Amino acid sequence: MSEYTPVELMATVASHQLEDGRTVGVGTGLPMIAALLAQKTHAPNLIILFEAGSMAPEVPTLPISVGDSRCSHRAVAATGLAGIMETGQRGMIDYAFLGGAEVDMYGNINSTVIGDHDHPKTRLPGSGGANDFGSLSWRTIIIARHEKDKLPERVNFITTPGYIDGSGARERAGLPRGTGPYRVITNLALMGFDKETCRMKLISVHPGVTLQQVIDNTGFELLIPDDVGTSALPTKEELERLREIDPAGIIIGR
Amino acid sequence: MSEQGIGELLSTVTADEIREWNRDHKQRGLVDKVTSPKEAVQKYIKDGMYLAIGGFGHIRISMPLIYEMVRQRIGRLRVSGHTAVHDLDVLIAGDCVDAVDVAYSFAYETRGLSKNGRRAVESGRVKCVEWTNAALSWRIKAAAMGLPFLPARNMLGSDTFKYSAARTIECPFTGQKLVALPALMPDVSIIHVHYADRFGNCLVRGTLVKDDDLAKASKRVLVTAERIVPDSFFRDAPERTTIPYFCVDAVIEAPFGSHPGNMPYEYYFDEEHIREYMKAGRDEEQLKAYLEKYVYSVDDFEAYLDLIGMRKLNSLRRLEELR
Repeated sequence: MSEYTPVELMATVASHQLEDGRTVGVGTGLPMIAALLAQKTHAPNLIILFEAGSMAPEVPTLPISVGDSRCSHRAVAATGLAGIMETGQRGMIDYAFLGGAEVDMYGNINSTVIGDHDHPKTRLPGSGGANDFGSLSWRTIIIARHEKDKLPERVNFITTPGYIDGSGARERAGLPRGTGPYRVITNLALMGFDKETCRMKLISVHPGVTLQQVIDNTGFELLIPDDVGTSALPTKEELERLREIDPAGIIIGR
Repeated sequence: MSEQGIGELLSTVTADEIREWNRDHKQRGLVDKVTSPKEAVQKYIKDGMYLAIGGFGHIRISMPLIYEMVRQRIGRLRVSGHTAVHDLDVLIAGDCVDAVDVAYSFAYETRGLSKNGRRAVESGRVKCVEWTNAALSWRIKAAAMGLPFLPARNMLGSDTFKYSAARTIECPFTGQKLVALPALMPDVSIIHVHYADRFGNCLVRGTLVKDDDLAKASKRVLVTAERIVPDSFFRDAPERTTIPYFCVDAVIEAPFGSHPGNMPYEYYFDEEHIREYMKAGRDEEQLKAYLEKYVYSVDDFEAYLDLIGMRKLNSLRRLEELR
């Protein structure tokens, strides 16, 4: 077993959630790293879509922006924001891969504001393409930090809707049926969602982390099934690929 | 039952107003539109206007026009933030901005949040209305199509909707609930392109973001171009035309015009410069000193490029080419 950082573990666990041959809309930061890792390991035919318009690029070095020239390097098409999100709206984006400052028990994401909207304590960037990807893709995968205030019962502001307030709420709001959050990956655990209640449910705890640590750092009552597993350790190959993707440690070094 | 966001509609237009503007104000003739940033801003950009910027916030942005707006102390702008990064941040630093239609703003992607942008919003100096990247693109597309709105399936069930100026509607055929996105016709757009001819025909390489629609949707379009090409460039191969000339009001030659941003196929980010700017942004005084050095005390964009230096600019070309 090689030495690895919590962020590297998040990246590897996140990459495992992506299937080969599927389309994925990728947000900035760690989602970008995890999607590139999946492509270099078990999912060489993963089709990455970046919101600024590029389709199926061969990303040569770690991009700074989801719209910079690294993201359209050897792509099959360079379209635009509407080109990507219309692809999602007509059901062609299998996975959305997003980060968020806050994620709640129904998988709602806040990346807009902490505090009052008009007099905020902290102004965050806003939706960008996250609301679009999260509304229109079939399955949304979310990466977040596992701390009590980062995983509250309800987010301060729903930038990107998860299951909103429970079963059927997305469809009632008018969102495309059969869509919604699929996985949440944190520095402590991998989680999914209960089919009936749409509440966040533990799948596996990362190596070296206790169940109690997960519970103590979650700001709501996490559903805990009997068969909680342990997340896979990063392999030597995965760590090597990760360090090739981000040699300067810009994201995995955080 | 229609639901309605509580945000202010920062720019309103009807379908007939779009048509009538284009009938009365858009030049049909093949006229030489080559000018300078100084003249273009003086002629076309006024305090309080609604501004949209082409590119992607720090990729393919028109810095000569942004610096010129700061230099001419244009104020009270309302800006479309369909991924606004360094472009909007410099305008906020120059106190040019009152309100933003936010999709993504006040941050630098993997580089983190902008202290300057955050300060402006958290102090109440800049007002925010929430949208998404697709929502702003479709709003612009509606205006480009000459329609008052477009229906879509994003934003529903979110606080992004609640703090927007969107509404919900029912599909008249199926009853499906949809979001209605009002047309956005900016007073002026600034777009940086790879090639333009003197009439305003433009070719954009790499991701287009939304700039074909933006050029069709805007009342005035000011273009800066890495290169001005001969008239034959588009006539010989009309499929090259991303933006046709009659959308465009001014053409400006501006090599390295996206600096310190990225220009696909031309040059990569000047990370050192962006770090210098972001560091200055932590403090109002330092930010003023930055603007003094790079904007107020230089006459034009070429003088700014002299400050950056040819050595640095050439290195950004090599970086873009992965050399």
